Amino acid sequence: MPSTGREKATWGVINVVVILAALIPVVWIMSLSFKDPSTIADGNFFPSKWSTENYSGIFQTSEFTDALRNSIGIALITTVIAVTVACMAAYAIARLNFPGKVLILTAALAVAMFPPISIVGPLFNIWREVGLYDTWPGLIIPYLSFSLPLAIYTLSAFFREIPWELEQAAQVDGATPFQAFRKVIVPLAAPGVFTTAILVFIFAWNDFLFAISLTSTNAARTVPAALSAFPGESQFTQPIGSVAAAAVIVTIPIIIMVLIFQRRIVAGLTAGAVKG
Amino acid sequence: MSTTTAGRVTTTQPKRKKISDRAKAERRLGWLLCAPAVIVMLLVAGYPIINAFVLSLQRADLRFPDANKFIGFDNYGTVLSSSLWWQDVFHTLIITGISVAIELVLGMMLALVMHRAIFGRGAVRTSILIPYGIVTVVAAFSWRYAWSLDSGWIPGLLGINTDPLTQTGWSYVAVIITEVWKTTPFMALLLLAGLALVPDELHEAAKVDGASAWQRFWRITVPLIKPAILVALLFRTLDAFRIFDSVFILTAGQNNTETVSILGYNQLLNRLNLGLGSTVSVLIFVMVVIIAFIFVKGFGTSLAQQRGET
Repeated sequence: MPSTGREKATWGVINVVVILAALIPVVWIMSLSFKDPSTIADGNFFPSKWSTENYSGIFQTSEFTDALRNSIGIALITTVIAVTVACMAAYAIARLNFPGKVLILTAALAVAMFPPISIVGPLFNIWREVGLYDTWPGLIIPYLSFSLPLAIYTLSAFFREIPWELEQAAQVDGATPFQAFRKVIVPLAAPGVFTTAILVFIFAWNDFLFAISLTSTNAARTVPAALSAFPGESQFTQPIGSVAAAAVIVTIPIIIMVLIFQRRIVAGLTAGAVKG
Repeated sequence: MSTTTAGRVTTTQPKRKKISDRAKAERRLGWLLCAPAVIVMLLVAGYPIINAFVLSLQRADLRFPDANKFIGFDNYGTVLSSSLWWQDVFHTLIITGISVAIELVLGMMLALVMHRAIFGRGAVRTSILIPYGIVTVVAAFSWRYAWSLDSGWIPGLLGINTDPLTQTGWSYVAVIITEVWKTTPFMALLLLAGLALVPDELHEAAKVDGASAWQRFWRITVPLIKPAILVALLFRTLDAFRIFDSVFILTAGQNNTETVSILGYNQLLNRLNLGLGSTVSVLIFVMVVIIAFIFVKGFGTSLAQQRGET
């Protein structure tokens, strides 16, 4: 496509508008977090007086550090278990002939569309009785069930693209189906698995409803829940600076992941959805 | 769960003719490999929804445990005859309808930009992934502080002198902008993947025949990516209908912005009324099923095409 200077300028303007729209709220919360507490309510977009006081503030109590530890631990464990379990299911769905396959995929789709609020009450009730309320497993278990559909769909889409002759070759050489799965397919499937892991991690990192409903203390409260419960300096002041600083800290890992793995994330998000 | 990909549910494997022992082993392995996933999904989604239904038939208030009693469908009568429930359904439908409509238009524009851009495609794609990846609560806080009269830049920009987040109209604007900002990228990426499947030759041919860009968009692009549009719409509609995080942070349901999810949460976890709360939960579930049913029924053929069955 031949491009004239004018076309280039038009595209440049469009690109700048899109990028600005995507980034303004992120830049804004960063700028808030660097505002000196005395100027936090001045309404300027950029700080008039820079300071890192908000950051040192949130690391002084265990409120935020505990939440950060919970968030990282819960999201990582969820990711590992969900991806492992989903790999097994997706392999079976992409590769093996067995009755009930369609049923499983339909069930997964149904769970994906499920409104989480519908099961929060029963989980709250059951968890208190069995002692899972306000614990890590109490959050990991619902995260697993809600991330599995996404993981299974994404992975089975990736698994269909793998050159499966290699697996048959391994079986001809005497490997059992399980060995063929573990030694040949897993390494080949690594990129898809990795992409799925990123998506599951983002999901678990993001959740708010379960986090505020099924936790009550620093023992298991994750960062999104802790943010909404941050105390202000007094009853009547909002903890703007602390929230902004904490928000920036939990956003940084996501931005880094997006910058490094953007191609994979796009491939993963659309893998199961549109390619016919 | 905010992002899910739908896919074709059938695999296009050639039928392999094998001896039955082998087939049996394969069958067993298939079930074995799927078992953990199925068990987790059944236990954590299936059992609680049944439990929610059972609770919804009882008077179950954690503050008055002695008054627990089976009361049949009385809770449904209470909820369905309360104006609060219908108001909240109305609020939720407004937020869902407007957000999804805006997202579809913006998402389509974004997808076309990314599809046709001469340069800067990578930068655009990277930057729109940030709203997708960012924690919803963080995004909501950023917008809340931006709108708030005492700390934000938006009231000054618009010349508003009262706090926008205490007014119904502005609260809706804020909630919808937050929702649109956060989820348009997902819509755009799904549509972009659909656009990639439209052959360039069709556009070239239509161009030769004198079709304008506008005509080519409506006559070629839209029909061909209809399945992608429907899948994106279905997922975003269901997702928007259960909106919770951003409303909770921005307004906490004040100024007539309470949605059905917020109502359910308040009943369950603030008033500890498991009976009424579960009734709301079950009704939300039923509404989600109805929305999904309308989509699948209304657009079933397109979804089948989507799965590659054409």
